[in-house]
Amino acid sequence: MSSDDLWILGIHMTKFGKHPDKDIVDLASEAALGALEDGGVTMRQMGILAAGNLLGGNHVGQMVQKQIGQTGIPVYNVANACATGATALRVACMAVKAGETDMALAVGVEKLSGAGLLAGGSRKSESPNWTPEGRYGAVAPIDGRIGTETMPGVFAQVGMEYGHRYGGTSFELFARIAEKNHAHSTLNPMAAYQKRFTLEEIMNDVMISYPNTRPMCSANCDGAAAAVVVSGAKLATLPLEQRRRAVKIAASVLTTDPWEEGCQVIPNVNTLTRNAATQAYEAAGIGPGDLDLVELHDCFATAELVHYDNLMLCETGGAVDFFESGASWRDGGTPVNVSGGLESKGHPIAATGIANIWEIATHLRGEAGDRQIEGARVGLAHVIGLGSACGVHILERSAA
Amino acid sequence: MTTQIPLVDYLVLGDKPHLVANECTSCGARFFDRRNACAGCGGRDFIKAAVQTEGEVRAFTIVSFAAPGIPVPFVAAVVDCEGTSVRANLVNVTPDPEHVTLGMKVRLATYPMGTDEAGTEAVGFGFEPLP
Ligand SMILES: [Zn+2]
Repeated sequence: MSSDDLWILGIHMTKFGKHPDKDIVDLASEAALGALEDGGVTMRQMGILAAGNLLGGNHVGQMVQKQIGQTGIPVYNVANACATGATALRVACMAVKAGETDMALAVGVEKLSGAGLLAGGSRKSESPNWTPEGRYGAVAPIDGRIGTETMPGVFAQVGMEYGHRYGGTSFELFARIAEKNHAHSTLNPMAAYQKRFTLEEIMNDVMISYPNTRPMCSANCDGAAAAVVVSGAKLATLPLEQRRRAVKIAASVLTTDPWEEGCQVIPNVNTLTRNAATQAYEAAGIGPGDLDLVELHDCFATAELVHYDNLMLCETGGAVDFFESGASWRDGGTPVNVSGGLESKGHPIAATGIANIWEIATHLRGEAGDRQIEGARVGLAHVIGLGSACGVHILERSAA
Repeated sequence: MTTQIPLVDYLVLGDKPHLVANECTSCGARFFDRRNACAGCGGRDFIKAAVQTEGEVRAFTIVSFAAPGIPVPFVAAVVDCEGTSVRANLVNVTPDPEHVTLGMKVRLATYPMGTDEAGTEAVGFGFEPLP
């Protein structure tokens, strides 16, 4: 191992689902302690802590420290929408890369069970007199009058736009993507939901925002995930058993959306993902054909389709054919979301960007049980936070 | 005559209602919100540019589930008005996938939103199918 490599030494994810008896500090502490134990290290060895949580406060890092170890190290509380977890991990990577520490801890946590529709209705009240307000000089709330601010609606349009550009999409096609992810989740005991749906059940469920029905939307749930990042130089000094289970971070990339026509009218989730993937493949020295599995940000079934293309798992414009070929099922050429994805495993927002790293790492270690992708050596984890931010990490199995 | 006020400041009322964008004088990027500078090139100077009132539907969704108080279902869309993307609802069309299609040709339409205590009528906009 090269001394300036970055490695995951320990990683942990809580079960996703309903945790009515645990608060965000309980969940984040469980994940952090689990990651430390998994790596065979302690809080005293961590040089920094990067922590993310969107809905429960803005200093979750210190709240976790007060439960598991107030060692006085710097805490970076980060927020980047659904890319918050990946951003925390990226901060840990940067701290190690910069030589500030040789070990860093990243944690992401969210309590989301029972939350309804996310976003939308950003301006609540109607004024008795029409008075222009805000950056559009609007005299009334615009959500619902000028398009939609809801996530299911925004991402529905993302998928429909792909269909307009390249053809081949349909309500049924998008529903079949959800069918795949729900089927995958039946093998994942960590998932919030493990129910297999028929295509008819998915298409006949409650319509949220056409073409996304309820099982085609990410599942709100509680959960946390944490990872210990270690430098290659430090890892080389650790015992063989730790080196063997360590997972190499071959690429850690974060991008935002560059300006393009229309990107402030509807978020462009494509270019920043493609940019992140391009940088990640280059850094890792691999191509999409080398990936044994991918966890990508299927916040909605309509989103998964476009990311096949954005991550270059298929030819440009070929996402429909790629899916139709069966490539993204767990027995296909490039298994995608064998965890069940956000639609079934669940999407506790700030935890997601580390939980998908845990999923990949668990396969690379050969510890994924019934859902193990046999012989997995290389995997990619992707998240998108609207606004926008994209995290892509490529992980490789240890040769030790 | 009733005084009118547009739903947003980029909707111009009158005989020929249309949308107007803030267009960067250096790179031509168009924006609908109040600007501090250009996100494309960093330019600081903008002119008002009229946006074509006809276009085609590049993406849409039929929203059945929205924040409280918003009538559903409605069609939210992105309309390509000769190279300028516009966010809007589709109006004067049945909100189902049989009547709304990708690539359909549409044009700007305005509608009254109601009158406030001072007697001012607000006017909203959407895009309707071309006949
Ligand atoms: Zn410009």
